[in-house]
Amino acid sequence: MNQTVRPERRVLAQRVTLAHGGGGKAMRDLIEDVFTSVFAPPGMEDQARLMDASLLEPGAELAFTTDSFVVSPMEFPGGDIGTISVCGTVNDLAVGGARPLWLSAAFIIEEGVEITTLRQIAASMQKSALEAGVRIVTGDTKVVGKGSGDGVFVTTAGIGVIPPGRRMLAESVRPGDIALVSGVLGDHGAAILAARGDMDLTSDIRSDCQPLNHLIEAVLTAVPDIRAARDATRGGLASALNEVAYAAGVGIEITEADLPLRQEVRGICEILGLDPLYLANEGTLVLFVPPDQAVSALAAMKSVPAGRGARVIGKAVTAHPGTVIMKTVLGGARIVDMLVGEQLPRIC
Amino acid sequence: MNYTDEFRDPVAARGVLAAIERVVDEIGATKDKPLHIMEICGGHTHAIFRYGLDKLTPPGLEFIHGPGCPVCVLPMSRIDECVDIAERPNVIMTTFGDAMRVPGRRKSMMQAKADGADIRMVYSQLDALELARRNPGKEVVFFGLGFETTTPSTALTILQAHADRQSNFSIFCNHITVPPPIKALLDDPYMVLDGFVGPGHVSMVIGIRPYDFIARDYKKPIVVAGFEPLDLLQSVLMVLEQIRDGRAEVENQYARVVPDEGNPVSIAACNEVYQPRPSFEWRGLGEIDASGLRIRDKYAAFDAEVKFEIGYGTGPRFTGEQDGCRCGDVMTGRIKPHACPQFGKGCTPEMPLGALMVSSEGACAAYYQYGGLRLEAVE
Repeated sequence: MNQTVRPERRVLAQRVTLAHGGGGKAMRDLIEDVFTSVFAPPGMEDQARLMDASLLEPGAELAFTTDSFVVSPMEFPGGDIGTISVCGTVNDLAVGGARPLWLSAAFIIEEGVEITTLRQIAASMQKSALEAGVRIVTGDTKVVGKGSGDGVFVTTAGIGVIPPGRRMLAESVRPGDIALVSGVLGDHGAAILAARGDMDLTSDIRSDCQPLNHLIEAVLTAVPDIRAARDATRGGLASALNEVAYAAGVGIEITEADLPLRQEVRGICEILGLDPLYLANEGTLVLFVPPDQAVSALAAMKSVPAGRGARVIGKAVTAHPGTVIMKTVLGGARIVDMLVGEQLPRIC
Repeated sequence: MNYTDEFRDPVAARGVLAAIERVVDEIGATKDKPLHIMEICGGHTHAIFRYGLDKLTPPGLEFIHGPGCPVCVLPMSRIDECVDIAERPNVIMTTFGDAMRVPGRRKSMMQAKADGADIRMVYSQLDALELARRNPGKEVVFFGLGFETTTPSTALTILQAHADRQSNFSIFCNHITVPPPIKALLDDPYMVLDGFVGPGHVSMVIGIRPYDFIARDYKKPIVVAGFEPLDLLQSVLMVLEQIRDGRAEVENQYARVVPDEGNPVSIAACNEVYQPRPSFEWRGLGEIDASGLRIRDKYAAFDAEVKFEIGYGTGPRFTGEQDGCRCGDVMTGRIKPHACPQFGKGCTPEMPLGALMVSSEGACAAYYQYGGLRLEAVE
């Protein structure tokens, strides 16, 4: 890549002021010093100009997605808003079967945010981008007055290419298909809850925030006809399964005893009266594969670090289309519904 | 997980379930002539549905879901009054999370917050007191609600605020007690209950003696129970055995946590800070004598009803519930949640009409979310 040699511009201010969003020199310095020197986008133009050989394959499709990130606190055990803003968008592309290639990054920064915070966010983004094998190629910054934001909001959009012949859609799931998850559930949600510090809970739980594209590619090599993949983010496993049940018009049955949950996560949920099925994940994959390929899919998942904790959790069925049912540890059954609103800690 | 998995052991559960089935048979109860056991506490209701226990117990046994969910029995008038305080200038209203969605006549606290009121969720009363310390220019009010489980911590917070002379802090007190509504239910001529499962954590505070009247005066068995599925099943079995043997006693299944006499420190703090109100309104049940607590005059400086001149004692209050809402009939065991014409139609967890649909511990919400009629339809 030919980066023009430019005089080094250092941002000397400690905190972001409205001047950093004013369109002048301060803004240019901020962008160059804090963001583009880290992301190294191609060229000097405002828009990125992109080419990749995979685009030229007959039958290849472009995949395009966007997501905004407003997590509080911005930093938590296992990552920060920068990590999830890259992983989230990479994973949105990957679960559709796309190979993620390029990302944009737009920042809404509240006046008063420390420059070091921005540097850390940019470094985390670049680290996750390298891990996922994507490049951050264009972006934007805006500064809003104190009280008009909450620290930093990040919006990323991502472009990827779906190779010819790949068809991973929730609607493709059929009765009999086996459901797998790539690892323990609820770590991200529990880590954020603990990191908010409202409850004086100390825990070792770390967010599971990670790119899933390599994991998905590894499984696709072993099981080319993955029916569907979902990234169990907001709303947790329950929402991901309900989306699939609804889109495919199948019922889904899962078994409580087979769900991988960390002791600490269960503990936090018990204390606060939350259901771990609804806790957010940022690096947990839910896969549906044809029944005869479940064993190879499980082995392929376990062969990659991100899938080491993989488990079969249930299957798609003909009965009760659109509804997810869980066999409880005691042998009873209950509906696992979509989350209504947000989970609120209970009183007693 | 330590200290919970033991109480979720499927093998042990099967043993207790078999015993339950046997005793129900011995009593001669059937699907058409079932026994009605009320689990008083919303936590138990939640556990029943979360573990699908209602599907595992024999058809001759029916659970009636009691009034023990503090959010569910909160009347609209109290939400209205809370919103009224929250919308006054310079006020920070603090509350436990699950009260946010309870519908008021005008709006819920969630809506009031969206409309600009400064309403914040806290995890404990002391967090609210801390907020008052950090915001000396604001009036910080805590929306105190709950049964004997949360009542002592509010009392201790008031005592702390009193000691600190924290003059910008007050409690909008909606604390209620478990025994009076049970008495009201037992006095109801339509009452069909054969026995009770009592809330263990309430007895952790008050002990088991306050339930003596149930056995002595009404000749009904009650077993104070823990919250794990095995606790619950074992307690149900103990109630059934009492019925079979013609006994009516107060028994303590949760003895590993609950001393018969309760917690004297908590009881003393509550007696110091509160006195019973002549009566208090319950959603669906109406006014019940001596069922609510008010803050004693000695601590009136921390009583939001006094400070903001609102609530009981300020003249006529509008009471009553939404048209078509039958929460009261559900709570008294007259109808099952799905027999309410609004269930799942005009009243869903997204847009609750009645409070039983609001909290995850409300019978209607548990029924709607975890199964009940919908589960039967798909099975």
